[in-house]
Amino acid sequence: MRRGAFFLALAAPLLVGASKPVLVPDVSSRAIEIRYSFSGAQLLLFGAILYPGGRLPSKRADIAVVVKGPVQPIVVREKHKIAGIWMNADSHRFRSAPSFYAIASSRPVEELIDDRTAAIYELGLDNLQLSPGGGALPDKERRFEAGLLDLRKRQGLYRENPKGVEIAEGVLYRARIDIPSQVPVGTYTAETFLIDNNRVVAAATREIEIGKSGFERYVALAARRHSIVYGLAAMIMSLGLGYAAAWAFSRRS
Amino acid sequence: MDIYLPIAGLSVNAVFIVVLGFVVGLLSGMFGVGGGFLTTPLLIFYGIPPTVAVASATTQITGASVSGVAAHWKRGGVDLKMGGVMIAGGLVGSIVGAMLFRVLQNSGQIDLIIGFLYVLLLGSIGGLMLKDAIVALGWVQQPEAKTQPRHNKWVASLPLRWRFYASGLYISPLAPMALGFAAGMLTVLLGVGGGFILVPAMIYLLGMAARVVIGTSLIMILAVSAVTTFVHAVTTQSVDIVLAGLLLLGGVIGAQYGARLTTRLKPDLLRFALAVIILGVALRMALGLAWRPDEIYTVYYL
Repeated sequence: MRRGAFFLALAAPLLVGASKPVLVPDVSSRAIEIRYSFSGAQLLLFGAILYPGGRLPSKRADIAVVVKGPVQPIVVREKHKIAGIWMNADSHRFRSAPSFYAIASSRPVEELIDDRTAAIYELGLDNLQLSPGGGALPDKERRFEAGLLDLRKRQGLYRENPKGVEIAEGVLYRARIDIPSQVPVGTYTAETFLIDNNRVVAAATREIEIGKSGFERYVALAARRHSIVYGLAAMIMSLGLGYAAAWAFSRRS
Repeated sequence: MDIYLPIAGLSVNAVFIVVLGFVVGLLSGMFGVGGGFLTTPLLIFYGIPPTVAVASATTQITGASVSGVAAHWKRGGVDLKMGGVMIAGGLVGSIVGAMLFRVLQNSGQIDLIIGFLYVLLLGSIGGLMLKDAIVALGWVQQPEAKTQPRHNKWVASLPLRWRFYASGLYISPLAPMALGFAAGMLTVLLGVGGGFILVPAMIYLLGMAARVVIGTSLIMILAVSAVTTFVHAVTTQSVDIVLAGLLLLGGVIGAQYGARLTTRLKPDLLRFALAVIILGVALRMALGLAWRPDEIYTVYYL
């Protein structure tokens, strides 16, 4: 820690003296623990923009922050009405759909940056790299992509907030990202982009670990690793509770 | 009060789940059915993933049937030999059902099959019960009383005959075994105990003595649902022990109150009420198949 501060002190004149603005980002928590009463969490992404020479330019830079969950391979199925009944009729595979994606920016992303750069940095829901499985017509692929985005937006797993970043005095920025309770566990990344003049001039990434802890972690691990013991425990619990109730009530009457 | 379910992976209102368990337990105590046909759809409707709902609801069936078995056992209302034969069939059925579940899950048609089976079974059983109850209540006159033969022709033609003294039967064990097999498969696929199918089948198809029908069907449901919980825990790993605990807490207490309530109500009125509930669930399921669903797209994890 002390060594880091030392190097930072050495580097500070270099950083400030550079011609490009520099980003000093941080996240409110590096680890989110899921416990018995977990009903979602709020992440605060904040930091400072250091302009060269410490002077504020007349045209200020913008900030976009992205929080991304671990990617998962998924199959999206589509229902059709066949003979009066709605059933799964078509499906499409996505090899790398993020389980959670939230973007917040100080202005709408399409005003900040051109489409190509947005696609490179995966800024915005329309620019996610979902790696669809091959062999499908582009038409069908677009339909399934739109379906997936719409579904997850309504579940609160995918969010876009074009006014979610506040920049105070042109220097300090902060953004709140809500994480709902049904997110999967894993390593999340929080990326901050400093965007100036249609280009990403600085970027920083922090990792956030979301994991079950305490009793919840113990139960989830037991179900996976010791499934036989876990199954026996569930059986004994149901038999025991049923018997206990029968016994308690037979004594009362 | 929110509680996080470690396997289902989301937060639920604990009070709501306990109350749900209590209400279903009340019904199961009153009518002598497991109540799985209500728990599973309601849990799915609440947002619990279907596999977790099916796997965790079976524990409640076990818990609710324990007290029933204890009561019938004291009265000598359990044919152990018949129960053993049916349990053997039921265990094979639950294993076959688990494999079928896996195949259907991979093909993406599991929800459709579950919906179809619910509509088919609940609709036909509920209809039969409603007709019976209306006739028994004297609201409608039965046109003519048919005399049914005690032994089903098809069952009687099966080879290999055993004597079941408590049931007063001399029939092939293959028939009750097949019945157990079907009930075991339903337990895994639908998260229901199958009591509402077993009881009429044992009376009308096998011709068992009425005295031992309920107790024997309950012990069969008890064994098969307990094993099914275990099979789910090992294969799909989707038994949520916290969810099961909450359901059981309300369920076992509700079952006791339900059993008490039965003695104060007219049995035919009770049957009428159960028939209406079953038909209501079947109708809701049928509409769910035909109406445009809320979600056209669904996500499955590989």
